[in-house]
Amino acid sequence: MVEAMDVRQNGALASIRDLRVWFELRRFGFGHAGYVHAVDGVSFDLGYGEAVAVVGESGCGKSTLMRTMLGLHRPTGGQVIFEGEDVSAKGRRAMKGYRAKVGYIQQDPYGALPPFMSVERILAEPMIINGISSAAERRERMHKALAEVKMTPVEEFLPKFPHMISGGQQQRVVIARSIILGPKMLVADEPVSMLDASVRVEILKLLRNLQQTLGLAVMYITHDLSTVRYFSERIFVMYAGQMVEKAPIEDLLREPRHPYTLALLEATSDPDAANATKFRDVPPGEPPSLVKPPAGCRFHPRCSRIIKGLCDQEMPPDFEPCPGHYAKCWLYR
Amino acid sequence: MPESTLLNIENLVLHFRTTKGVVQAVDGVDFDLGYNQAVVVIGESGCGKTSLARAILRLLPRNTKSYTGKVVLNGFDVMPLDDEQFRRQIRWVKMSMVPQSAMNALNPVLRVGDQVAEPSMVHHGLRKADALVQARRMFEHVGVPEDFMSRYPFELSGGMRQRVAIAMALVTAPDLILLDEPTSALDVLTQANIMNMLKRIKQEMGTSFILITHDVATSSELADRVAVMYAGQIVETREARRFFGEPLHPYSKKLMASVPRLRGNVEPEFITGQPPSLIQPPTGCRFAARCSERFERCTEEPPMVRSRVHGVKCWLYA
Repeated sequence: MVEAMDVRQNGALASIRDLRVWFELRRFGFGHAGYVHAVDGVSFDLGYGEAVAVVGESGCGKSTLMRTMLGLHRPTGGQVIFEGEDVSAKGRRAMKGYRAKVGYIQQDPYGALPPFMSVERILAEPMIINGISSAAERRERMHKALAEVKMTPVEEFLPKFPHMISGGQQQRVVIARSIILGPKMLVADEPVSMLDASVRVEILKLLRNLQQTLGLAVMYITHDLSTVRYFSERIFVMYAGQMVEKAPIEDLLREPRHPYTLALLEATSDPDAANATKFRDVPPGEPPSLVKPPAGCRFHPRCSRIIKGLCDQEMPPDFEPCPGHYAKCWLYR
Repeated sequence: MPESTLLNIENLVLHFRTTKGVVQAVDGVDFDLGYNQAVVVIGESGCGKTSLARAILRLLPRNTKSYTGKVVLNGFDVMPLDDEQFRRQIRWVKMSMVPQSAMNALNPVLRVGDQVAEPSMVHHGLRKADALVQARRMFEHVGVPEDFMSRYPFELSGGMRQRVAIAMALVTAPDLILLDEPTSALDVLTQANIMNMLKRIKQEMGTSFILITHDVATSSELADRVAVMYAGQIVETREARRFFGEPLHPYSKKLMASVPRLRGNVEPEFITGQPPSLIQPPTGCRFAARCSERFERCTEEPPMVRSRVHGVKCWLYA
């Protein structure tokens, strides 16, 4: 909540306030059996035109966070505020208007494109739904969007079906579709993890470029720390439904504060033959169950710097060891 | 051939028949592997890495068009063996494999302990009780708690299932294990834990590894040697400690430059263009169309230029 008081509040495109998204578990289809605490008390602000990366392991809640921001899940508690309006309070029609302002780039491009629609049809769909009835305008927007993602000559690609183009090109079509309504924010869910190493960098650079030329805010969700520095200004590290560290990217890489972030950095390798001769110092075990998360700090069962009697009992708040750098860890009290 | 060579492959060819023509998935591959060594095969998807593993272990699909070459294991040519002999004498006895996404291929209705015990019963003729003792030892090696033996796969996390799959490959104590993308579906911390475990097994049990991956950064965690594969061929083989600093082949250079790095301040670059079709690969150098250093000779097939420690399939070094 510290950050909510931030001076940047006025300049924020989206603010997330103490967001909780819990899923109810039922025994034999009925009867309450607890909650999955997928997102549990997340707060942050996203500025206009700002790119942030959300990093975490699978099951840490980053996809749930993203889907809630897109309006696909209703928050159990807290708010998603977009341009001063509470998204979760919107009705169906207002929601449609909101979705036009938020583009979504899926992880698996082939799965995200309907196989029986041509590129032209795929790109036209969101415009038809959102009431752009002039065919000439639709054509113009299509050409512009495909040119933005460097799929030229445009005419050659429009009649093609998803299976006729390569994985990199499929992802470009997904990106073109996400920007075609002129959104203010893009949510990219592991946009390159299904692509080949050589294409990955190309797509990331394209996204970075779009973000800067179109002034888009981007939430880039990934588990791969090595790509974030080329892409975003700030980085949020998630663990077991919470954001354990929020910091500008260079700060975080130079001086990571949370023990979990340290472990992530230690586990990420650069190609170097010396790697083969040493063991990596990574914590054993696995992330906790989100049904019954551990008391206190959620990382304490794996943490080597645990303060007995504190970390295992009380949940740490966001501390700010240096301005703009937040860590949810008792070490910085 | 020096005494220390465990596996020696010469001119290995594996072609598939498809409705569109013959896919030259593995096209004249040579390489050597010493005892207690790890070689990593890196390349983009569709370059024939997995087919190479299948060719070595003779796990051939039905549409195989041609399968020729020499696979010499411990100085013994295994190609003349018929399929039954190969199954009895080689597969899982001398070489085993952890196939791609093995962790999702465990039998869901059998306890994982029984699944790990099975290879020793089939290949070493052990009774079930003895095989379970072996399996228990393997669980210890791969870092899975012993009481997990009686669990079913769905009760295990992805990392634990991957360890079980590795235990299945290890239990018959083969000289060589082929790992096909063993960590690509796992989280970073789990990935690092599994790589630590593989390094320990290499030290403790003296096993050799062929690690197939598209993830160059992770490959360096285990590599003694590197083989770069492009369009069905190996274009460079080299000692890891030289390769990661200074790759030779233009494709290797581009591949290395495309790896995003966490440390240091190098902007990654991308490789323009796409790999050629393996149905009618271009004559001459297969990388020529994407290569920034090509010249007239590249229209002819380049030779593998060898020294004692490396091989580069490129006219620049001829």
